[in-house]
Amino acid sequence: MRVLVCVKRVPQTGGRIVLTADGQEIDTKFLGFTISPHEECGIEEAVRIIEAGGGESTVLTLGASAAEEQLRDAMALGIDRAVLLETDGSEWDPVSTAAAIADTIRAQEAAGGTFDLVIFGNESADSGGFQVGIRVAVALGRPVVNGLKGLTVGSGSVTARREAPGGGWETYELPLPAIVGVKEGINLPRYPSVPGRLRAKKKEVERIPVGAAGSGPVGAAGSGPVGAAGSGPVGAAGSGPAASSGLPVGPIKALLRLPEESGSQVEILGRGAEAAPAVVDLLQKLGLVAR
Amino acid sequence: MASLPERAKVVIVGAGIVGNSMAWHLAKQGWRDMVLLEKGTLPNPGGSTGHASNFIFLTDHNKEMAAFTMDSALQYRELGVYHECGGIEVARTPERMEELKRRVASSKAWGIEGVRLLTPAEVKAMVPFINETIILGGFYTPGVGVVDSLQAGTLMRQAAQEMGALTSAAGVEVTGVDTESGRVTRVRTDHGDIDTEYLVIACGIWSPRIAKMAGASIPLIPAVHQMIDIGPVPMFANARTEVDYPIVRDMDTNMYERQHGNGFEVGSYAHRAILMDPDDIPSIEASALSPTMLPFTQDDFDPQLEDALELFPSIVGDEKVGVKLAINGLLSLTPDGNPIIGETPEVKNLWSVAAIWIKEAPGIARCVAEWMTHGTPEIDPHGSDIARFYDHHKTLQHIRARTTEGFNKTYGIVHPMEQWESNRPIRRSPAAVRHAELGAVAFEAAGWERPFWYGANEPLLAEYGDRVMPRAAEWDSRWWSPIINAEHLAMRDRAGLVDLSAFAIFDVTGPGALAALERLCVNKVDVRPGRTVYTPLLNAAGGILADLTIMRLAHDHFRVVTGGGMGMRDRKIFVDGLPKDGSAQLFDLTSAMTTFGLWGPRARDILGAATDGSADISHAGFPFLTSKTVDIDGVRTLASRISYVGELGWEIYVPMEQGLRVWDALWAAGQPHGMVPVGIGTYAVTSRLEKGYRAHGAELELDFNLVEAGMARPSLKDADFVGRGAYEAQRASDPVGILCTLTVDDPTSSNGVKRYMLGREPILTPDGRSIIDAKGRRSYVTSAGSGPSVGKHLLMTYLPPEHAVVGTKLVVEYFGEHYPVTVAIAGATPLFDPDNARIRA
Ligand SMILES: Cc1cc2nc3c(=O)[nH]c(=O)nc-3n(C[C@H](O)[C@H](O)[C@H](O)COP(=O)(O)OP(=O)(O)OC[C@H]3O[C@@H](n4cnc5c(N)ncnc54)[C@H](O)[C@@H]3O)c2cc1C
Repeated sequence: MRVLVCVKRVPQTGGRIVLTADGQEIDTKFLGFTISPHEECGIEEAVRIIEAGGGESTVLTLGASAAEEQLRDAMALGIDRAVLLETDGSEWDPVSTAAAIADTIRAQEAAGGTFDLVIFGNESADSGGFQVGIRVAVALGRPVVNGLKGLTVGSGSVTARREAPGGGWETYELPLPAIVGVKEGINLPRYPSVPGRLRAKKKEVERIPVGAAGSGPVGAAGSGPVGAAGSGPVGAAGSGPAASSGLPVGPIKALLRLPEESGSQVEILGRGAEAAPAVVDLLQKLGLVAR
Repeated sequence: MASLPERAKVVIVGAGIVGNSMAWHLAKQGWRDMVLLEKGTLPNPGGSTGHASNFIFLTDHNKEMAAFTMDSALQYRELGVYHECGGIEVARTPERMEELKRRVASSKAWGIEGVRLLTPAEVKAMVPFINETIILGGFYTPGVGVVDSLQAGTLMRQAAQEMGALTSAAGVEVTGVDTESGRVTRVRTDHGDIDTEYLVIACGIWSPRIAKMAGASIPLIPAVHQMIDIGPVPMFANARTEVDYPIVRDMDTNMYERQHGNGFEVGSYAHRAILMDPDDIPSIEASALSPTMLPFTQDDFDPQLEDALELFPSIVGDEKVGVKLAINGLLSLTPDGNPIIGETPEVKNLWSVAAIWIKEAPGIARCVAEWMTHGTPEIDPHGSDIARFYDHHKTLQHIRARTTEGFNKTYGIVHPMEQWESNRPIRRSPAAVRHAELGAVAFEAAGWERPFWYGANEPLLAEYGDRVMPRAAEWDSRWWSPIINAEHLAMRDRAGLVDLSAFAIFDVTGPGALAALERLCVNKVDVRPGRTVYTPLLNAAGGILADLTIMRLAHDHFRVVTGGGMGMRDRKIFVDGLPKDGSAQLFDLTSAMTTFGLWGPRARDILGAATDGSADISHAGFPFLTSKTVDIDGVRTLASRISYVGELGWEIYVPMEQGLRVWDALWAAGQPHGMVPVGIGTYAVTSRLEKGYRAHGAELELDFNLVEAGMARPSLKDADFVGRGAYEAQRASDPVGILCTLTVDDPTSSNGVKRYMLGREPILTPDGRSIIDAKGRRSYVTSAGSGPSVGKHLLMTYLPPEHAVVGTKLVVEYFGEHYPVTVAIAGATPLFDPDNARIRA
C-alpha cells in the first residue's frame, strides 16, 4: 500500500501569541516550529498502516525551505520518504495550496503509482482553513471524509469513524484511493527514537520549487499553472483577481487578530495530604482513574 | 497574591534555587522583614531551576567552587532532598585518563572522600548499559547525587516563612529599582512599590536586567545548554528511585547521561555557544514551555546523538525508546566562568547572587548571607566576587567573546595556566612595542598583556645549561618555557627589567586619609612621608582579605599598590572604608601610571646611569622600603625601593604616556650591565618561591591567618583596625597550621620522566594518607614552581605543627604518582638568601 501524509510547518506558540509589529504575522523570533497536532496523528496513522500491511509512506509539505525540518521529523517517526514543495516563504491560501498538492500527487503517481490513501490533518494549527484536504479530493475526484477518529484499512477500502454531532459515531466505508482528514485523538503519536532521528537525517528530501502562490508551474509536475488546475474558478472565493494576473488568489489577509485570551484559571485543591481526596475525585472525573 | 508590604528590610528578587536559599540563610542569620518577589508561579516559576538535570558532581579543580559545592551537597542532605547515586567521569582518550588522575588529586586536596579510578570493567559493573569497549576507564565519586531542587527551594522558603522572617509574593514582577546617594531605596513592581534597605538579585539569567535598573552591572549572558530526555527505557521499568545507577559524564564528548526514573537524560556542552540577550528572553505567557526552555535546535544536537549512541547503544539505540523532551535550556555564563556574588561596586546594599548552579546554590547563599550580615563568610568568595570585574569585563563584546570561548571548556581539560584567545589584547603597557621586539610571550592579567618570558632571552639557555631545569613532560611545559628560569638566573647574576603595568594603583588623600587607612590595615601606616608599608588587610574574623603596599607620599597622601587580579576588589574595600564625611578621597591611577621593576645586583649601577647621577641612590641615601622622586631621561618618576624577587632594586612609577621613554632609558642604561628583560614567570613564581613570599589567592585567603602564614609581626600597632580582636586571639594561641616551603627530592616518575607539579596538588604522608589539621583543613600545594637558584622544584603548603618541622619527609601526589618531598622551611625564612643581604645591599 502507498500512503501519503500532508503536513504543515506551524509555529509552536505559548499561551500568549505575539504578533509582529505590522500585525501581519505571528512573531516567531523565539518560537520553535512543529507539525500541526492533527497531522502528527496523520503521520502516526500512516506509519502504523505501513508497519501492519507493508508498502511505502511519503510525507509532503508545501512551505519554505526550513519546512525540511518537519519532513525529517516525520521520517524520524518512520515515514519512508519526503517531498518538499518549496515556496519562497510567503503565505499560500488554501486554494493555491490544494492546487499545488493535487498537481504534485498526479506527478508523483505518474512516476511511482497511485497513493491508495492520502491523509490530511483536520485543519492546520495556525490558519485553520479546513479546506486543503477537501479541495485536493475534489481536484483528484476521490472520496473524502474529514474529522476522523478511527481508521481501519481493509482490502480495497478503508473504514473511517468520526464522532457524530450530538453523540454516537458515524462510520464510513471509502473505496481506495481515498482521502481522509484525521483528528487528534485518533491515536497517540509516538516519540521519535534516536536511531530514527539519525536515519532521517541522512535521507533525501525531494525538493520541488514552487515559488510564490500562483506564480507558476509546479516544478517537477510540470502540469500547468498552480491555482488554475482543477481548483475551480478563483472568483468563486469572491475576493480577488484570477491567478493568471499574478496577484494573490483568494481572500486577502488584512490584519491578524488574536483570539480572546481565555485566561487559565488555577484552582488550589488543597495542601499536603488533605488534598488527596480532591485530586482522586478530579482524576476520576477526567476518566484517568477508574472509579 | 496577597498585597505587598509597603516596606521591607530586604527584598529578594527571584524564587529559583538561589533566591530560596538566600531567604533561608538570611533568616538563619537573623534577618527579618524580608520579601521574596517572583514573577512566575510557585513552586516552579519558569526559571532555570525548573528544568535542570539536578545532579551534583563534587570535584572541581577550583578550591572555592569545590567548597561551595561540598557545602551545598551537605545542606541538601540535611534537607532530605539529596539522593546519592555516585558519578563516573569516563575517559575515551589517554589525555583524559591523565586528567582523571588530576581530578583524583584535586578531590584529595579538597577533601572529597572515596574517589577512585575505575577500569572499563569496573565501570561496566556499576553501569551495565554502558559500552565499556570504547572507554579507557573512569573516575568514580561515591558522593555524587541528584537533588530535588524545586522541593529544596520550597522547603527553604517555607522554613524562612515559618520563622516569621519572610513574606513571599508570586506573580509580581520587579520593574524598577530606585537609588538615592548610591544606595538602594525602593523596588518598583507591577503590583506596587516597596521601600527597602537591601535588594538581593537572585534572578538567574535575568539578573543583568535588574542590576541595570539600579545602574549596576552583572556581566553574565544567558546561553543555551541542550538536553533531551528519552524513554521509557525497558531496563528502567522497575526503577526503584529517580536514579539507581551512577551518573555518567562522557567528558571527551562534553556530554552527560543519567537515568531519570524510567527515562534517560542526555545533556551536552559540545554544541556551538548559543548566546541570548537578557532582554530577548520571552515572557512566561509567550513561551511554549517556559522562558528558559527555548525551542530545541535539532541540528546542533545531532552529532551528540551519535556520541550517546556509541556509549549507550542498548538504550539510545533502542527503536522503542523515544525522545520525550528536547530543550534548549538556558543558563548563565560569565566571562571567567565563575559566579557573580557580592555587593555591587556601583550601588550600596545591592547584592548580586547570580550565575550559580544548583550544585553550589545553598553553599553560596550561606556565604553571601554571612557576608551581608557580618562581612566574614567562612568560604572565601574572592574568585566569585562581583567586585573583581574591570569595566572592560562588563562590555557585551567581552562577555560574548569569552563565554563563546569558554562554553566548550565546560568539561574540557583546562591547564592551570591556560590562556584566553578571544578579545585580546585589551590593555597594553606603554612599552608593548618593545615587548614585541623582544619576542615577549604575554599572558593576560586583569586584561593586561603581561610578558611571561621573552623569546629574545633564548641565548641565555646555553649560558645556564641544566640550571634552567628543563621539563620533558608536555603538560608540565605547556604555557611554560625554560627561558623563565634563565631570566631568573640572569636577574640574580646581573639585573632584570620587569614590566609591572598590571598593578592597580589608587591614591588616598585628604585629612581623613590616615585614619581611614589605619583602620583598614594591620600594619602601621602612620610612618614618616617617604616610607613604604607592606601590609595585610583582614576581615573582622581575622581572615586574610588582601596584602598590598602603601607608600606615604605626604602627610595626607598615600599611594596604594596592589596586584591587578584583585585590584578592583581591593579598591572596593578601600572605597567602602573611606570616611562618610568626605574627609578622604580615593583616586584610581591604574590607567594613569605604569610601573617598571628593576632588580638584581647591578640595579644600582643601572639606576645610577639612568638618573645620570642626579639622585642619591646609595643604600644610606635610599634605604629599603622608602620612595622618592627621581628623574629619568627628563621624566619625573617615583622610585620605590622594594622587592618581590629578593634582589636589590626599585619599582619605578611613571606617568603612562611617558612610560615608553623611561623603559627605553632604563634599557639603554642596563645594556652595559648585562640587564635582561624579565617576565612575570620569574617575578610571580620562581623568585617569589625562593624567597617564600606569599601571594593572595594562593597562600593568603580568608581561611588562613597571619600567624599561620608566618606574617605576624613581633608587636602590634596601637591603632585599632579591622580584625584586630581576632588577630590578637590568633597571636595568643599556637597555630594549627604553619606555612612551609618544601623541596621535591626526586621528581622522577615511574617511567623515568621528570615531573614538575604546578600547584594545588595534595600533600600526603609518606604512606599516602591525607594530612588534616585541627581545623579540618587538608594540606595541598598553594604554589609550585622552579627554584633555579636553589636547584630544586619548590612547593608551598600549610602543614599541621607535627609535620611542619624542617627535614620532615612527605609526598606530593601528581598524576597518580607519589613524589618524595622534604620540608625545607617551616615559616617565613627565605630558602634563598635567608638573611636578605641582597635586598639590603
Ligand atoms: C538543561 C539544563 C540542565 C541543568 N542541569 C543542572 C544540573 O544537573 N546541576 C546543576 O547544578 N545545575 C544545572 N543547570 C543549571 C541550573 O539550572 C541553574 O544554574 C540554576 O537553576 C540557576 O538558579 P537561579 O535561582 O539562579 O535561577 P532561576 O531558577 O532562573 O531563578 C530566577 C528567578 O527569577 C525570576 N525573575 C527574573 N526576573 C524577575 C523580575 N523582574 N521580577 C521577579 N522575578 C524575576 C524568574 O522568574 C526566576 O524564577 C542546568 C541548566 C540547564 C539549562
